[in-house]
Amino acid sequence: MIFPGLLSRLGCVLLLALGLLAGTLMLPRAAFAQGAAPDISAPLAQFTTDKYDDTETALNALAVSGSPAAAGIVAALADGRLFYSPATKQVLIRTAAGGYVDAAGGQPVAEAPPGLKAVRVNNRIRRAVEAASGALALVSPDPAKRLEAAGAVMRARDEAALPALDAALAKEADAKVKSALTLARASILIGKAGVSDADRIAAIETVGEEGNQDALAVLRSVPADAAPAVKAAANAAIDGIEYNLAIWSVGQNVWYGVSLGSVLLLAAIGLAITFGVMGVINMAHGEMVMLGAYTTFVVQELIRTYNPALFDASLLIAIPIAFVFTGLIGILIERTVIRFLYGRALETLLATWGISLILQQAIRTMFGPTNREVGAPSWMSGAFELGQLSITYGRLWIIIFAMLVFVALLATLRLTRIGLEMRAVTQNRRMAASMGIRTNWVDAMTFGLGSGIAGIAGVALSQIDNVSPNLGQSYIIDSFLVVVFGGVGNLWGTLVGAMSLGIANKMLEPYAGAVLGKIALLVIVILFIQKRPRGLFALKGRAIET
Amino acid sequence: MSAADTLEPDVPETNDPVLAIAKKDLTEALLYLDGVTVTFDGFRALNALSFTVDPGEMRAIIGPNGAGKTTMMDVITGKTRPDKGDVFFAGGTTDLTKLDETQIATLGIGRKFQKPTVFEMHTVIDNLRLALKGQRGALANIFKRETAAEREKIDEIFQTIKLNEHRDRLGGALSHGQKQWLEIGMLLAQDPKLLLVDEPVAGMTDAETAQTAELLREINANGHSVVVVEHDMTFVRDLGVRVMCLHEGSVLAEGTLDQVSANERVIEVYLGR
Amino acid sequence: MSTATTTPPALLGKSGLVFLAVVLGAAVLVPLLNLLTAPDSALHVPTYVVSLLGKYLTYALLALSVDLIWGYVGILSLGQGAFFALGGYAMGMYLMRQIGPRGVYGDPVLPDFMVFLNWKELPWFWYGFDMFPFAALMVVLAPGILALVFGWFAFRSRVTGVYLSIITQAMTFALLLAFFRNDMGFGGNNGLTDFKDILGFNIQADGTRLTLFVLSAVALALGYVLCRFLVRSHFGKVLIAIRDAETRVRFTGYRAENYKVVAFVVSAMLAGVAGALYVPQVGIINPSEFSPANSIEIIVWVAVGGRGTLIGAALGAVLVNYAKTYFTSGMLAPYWLFMLGGLFVAVTLFLPKGIVGTFYDWRSRRSPAPADLEPADLAPADLAPPDKALPEPKPAE
Ligand SMILES: Nc1ncnc2c1ncn2[C@@H]1O[C@H](COP(=O)(O)OP(=O)(O)O)[C@@H](O)[C@H]1O
Ligand SMILES: [Mg+2]
Repeated sequence: MIFPGLLSRLGCVLLLALGLLAGTLMLPRAAFAQGAAPDISAPLAQFTTDKYDDTETALNALAVSGSPAAAGIVAALADGRLFYSPATKQVLIRTAAGGYVDAAGGQPVAEAPPGLKAVRVNNRIRRAVEAASGALALVSPDPAKRLEAAGAVMRARDEAALPALDAALAKEADAKVKSALTLARASILIGKAGVSDADRIAAIETVGEEGNQDALAVLRSVPADAAPAVKAAANAAIDGIEYNLAIWSVGQNVWYGVSLGSVLLLAAIGLAITFGVMGVINMAHGEMVMLGAYTTFVVQELIRTYNPALFDASLLIAIPIAFVFTGLIGILIERTVIRFLYGRALETLLATWGISLILQQAIRTMFGPTNREVGAPSWMSGAFELGQLSITYGRLWIIIFAMLVFVALLATLRLTRIGLEMRAVTQNRRMAASMGIRTNWVDAMTFGLGSGIAGIAGVALSQIDNVSPNLGQSYIIDSFLVVVFGGVGNLWGTLVGAMSLGIANKMLEPYAGAVLGKIALLVIVILFIQKRPRGLFALKGRAIET
Repeated sequence: MSAADTLEPDVPETNDPVLAIAKKDLTEALLYLDGVTVTFDGFRALNALSFTVDPGEMRAIIGPNGAGKTTMMDVITGKTRPDKGDVFFAGGTTDLTKLDETQIATLGIGRKFQKPTVFEMHTVIDNLRLALKGQRGALANIFKRETAAEREKIDEIFQTIKLNEHRDRLGGALSHGQKQWLEIGMLLAQDPKLLLVDEPVAGMTDAETAQTAELLREINANGHSVVVVEHDMTFVRDLGVRVMCLHEGSVLAEGTLDQVSANERVIEVYLGR
Repeated sequence: MSTATTTPPALLGKSGLVFLAVVLGAAVLVPLLNLLTAPDSALHVPTYVVSLLGKYLTYALLALSVDLIWGYVGILSLGQGAFFALGGYAMGMYLMRQIGPRGVYGDPVLPDFMVFLNWKELPWFWYGFDMFPFAALMVVLAPGILALVFGWFAFRSRVTGVYLSIITQAMTFALLLAFFRNDMGFGGNNGLTDFKDILGFNIQADGTRLTLFVLSAVALALGYVLCRFLVRSHFGKVLIAIRDAETRVRFTGYRAENYKVVAFVVSAMLAGVAGALYVPQVGIINPSEFSPANSIEIIVWVAVGGRGTLIGAALGAVLVNYAKTYFTSGMLAPYWLFMLGGLFVAVTLFLPKGIVGTFYDWRSRRSPAPADLEPADLAPADLAPPDKALPEPKPAE
């Protein structure tokens, strides 16, 4: 049988895609390397003298020591959990569980020496502790913590933090943290009394270059009685930032648009095969997507029951299963219904609509009418910042996935034998048949491929939409619009169609609101079809004429 | 004549003898094509095609497959817009490139398609009724009643196309040849000044072919100009009219059938040795 | 001249007369059975059943409007529900204004939902709806104008087949979204409801319900005669010709787009009337009437009954909706969608001409030339004029 052959070939393409996907996942996030831990035995010794002066000196030394242990020690002191043994001069931290660990190294101490005394704290020490923990955060080994501390300093604009800032700046290597520190320093300078106008303007410029919302807040706080030159500089910087932010917000909308576009692409791309290539007005397409989503649900349930450790791989496992499962359902539908309706395009609409009702009801009977919970693997959650853009991993993966599916499908049609046969059959069925192509078989495979792709889309869409029996219904209209807008029978048209509709939708939303934006988009598509009745990328030639 | 005036800018006053002839052709010709070029994705289906058809003339057009014969008819009937060139009708009074199919049809240009297209779900007589010259407006036709004159005209056409005993059969139920004739009958019902007939005898028996030639001659004798595209040489000979051979989108040779079929190039590209 | 068929065929054939007799007979009989029989009699038709039947009749009229354009012009509109809903809203607005100060908030002019939204003034597009003639006019004008504008653009640009189906679907979807918005001023999600009376008659009263039923039957009968008249006129012959060979029609000198627009507008107006009769009988109109699924269901009624037969469309609407009522109210409810879905599939596969089309076939096979049967009445499946929707690969010339 050739059928497994096709699947394995399709499988290869997909596996390749998945391999790429997984490979990228394994990339470690940027690591923060630290040199050998500095020696802090001298300040530790000072804690054991039981003198406030010594304790303060020790604190200040720790704050700038750069030791990874320093933060823990300062925190312990603040909570009264820092102890020393007058006898052995050991300094120990009491853990929440009641045991002790060595303050310098963090190793647990099996048997605490007798006669432990707490390091004593008074108000002076408490202030020193606060300053030290702020300063320590600024030099914490974790860049995220340093960034956070810099942000806190900037918002607080506490002049007392200036020396610590300067110290941290001198050592900072991470560009992002460094710019945050610079910004924090400049923010303090802008409001600080006794700073020269020139310094103030320089600070304003530094803040202005930052170009984000925080910077805007800092600049807006320039005192009303500041020198005209300073105010002018601040206003110029504010204008610059606002312009900048406007650009970024366009960028953000484009990003959302691309993200929506890839969802549309995923939803529509299977339809581009069953409808665009085969001419079947496949109203059951949405249900194929829905079946793919439910496949994901079932796979996750099985994984939860039998091997929870695999959960992060659940989507990767679901993809081939969904492809095969919905593909087989598609083949079944083609063999039992669709094949009797070729050449009667509008009739396929009725039959497939009937099939969609049956599939919906079947799922409703089996899984109930309510939403099913499909979990997100850890690598799908979280977000990162790119300039002023906030990018969630979930969206990013869906975009990447949509592109991979697109490329895989394109490659299947262009490069494989079955793809060639599919194109031959759709272009000239009789000729293809007379050349020995089994058109029946190719029809079934093509419909199966379109359905399988819809199933894969369902796996991805289960991550962003409610998995319910109605899932498919919400995509079917958009999918048809995308295919028709892009031009029937042209995969690139589908890609461009999906992206332009996605981006247009997100660009309209800020002005019109979600619902009006969607309405406007529908109207635009309707008008567009008037202008180009065969879509963006119309097939040319005689074949399209009656 | 005001319609003629509108044309003046296109044909400048001149003493140039060549242009003068062109202008004379234009005002006397029923159909005038000049330098018509049509490209499909870079492929030239028509290449600076020029010719004229006189009022009352019948013209046969031959040429290999893909020569552009059907495309030429598409251009004349407004289905395809030329990239370049002029197409004028009725002594240069009308620029066909600016009109759509419906307007051109109402001007009096009828067309029989290469693949016979009749209204398959209508009876033969209804096919003729639909084609019959007369009211075309949508609202007016809701209340249209058939007049005695129209009935007579249809009976007359039935005599001509010899489908009388089939008048109540469905158009789709006719044989291939009968459909061809019905389509010619529909053309007659339209009563056009110019008939464009694309491969009318394809799929016909020899007897039917001869009858069709007879039919077309009769139509022509009744004052209609006719342009026939056909491959069948016997048929073309039966027509006994001026022949034009098209090749790669332009005219290769023109004259009587004997002249054209003696032409070296025509033999080479079309007739074969 | 011997064979000239001179007698123009009758406007209504035998089946048409039977159909009219059934519809008008029901219009007389059902109210009589309701009024004259004792409530416990086997023949008694309770009032709620009368309203239910009335609802079916409005659906039948709606199906008729679809058949006019789908069966005879080949326009598969997936947005016919929008015209129905617009007619319904026009009627609903009239009924809302009739409530007057009897609303929950007692505002003499503003409908309850506007008071609830803190609106101070009636929006301009609600003006005039307190007058029945104006509302009745809008029942046909609102769908008619939408169809005119939409059709004029679409048909002039020669949008056909699937493309047209998809944009009609987009149209009704856009309207669905729009009417869901509270800001639109049509009651948002909840739509228009809590009607009190119509032309001064209590809308809940038995007499009113019977009258509405009779009116629905009469509207269906008139709608049928109108459609029948249209499709058998010269105009109708052009429509059928357009369905089967649009290009040929253009080359014959007809403006196909004008014919399509006229048919589309008439069809939309019929749908509007159906909607207007539907709303007082069910007592509510809300945006879900715009949902694309509704429009597709109408298509199925027509397909079941027999496309291109008019009678079949009406029959299909009544049958499918009767089955729906029957099954969704019993213990079979969970299986209704299986059945409906199965019905779609079965009809397209095994009964492509629908019930009436198949019946006509069977009859014409028994007696070759039934006097009242026009060939064009047959659903065009056997002689299969190509669906112009998509490129059916054709051999090189
Ligand atoms: N719509 C079209 N798109 C692309 N190519 C076309 C189109 N119409 C015609 N052609 C090409 O133009 C050439 C001339 O075609 P045609 O006029 O049909 O030739 P003929 O009728 O003389 O056999 C052919 O090569 C044909 O493939
Ligand atoms: Mg040709």
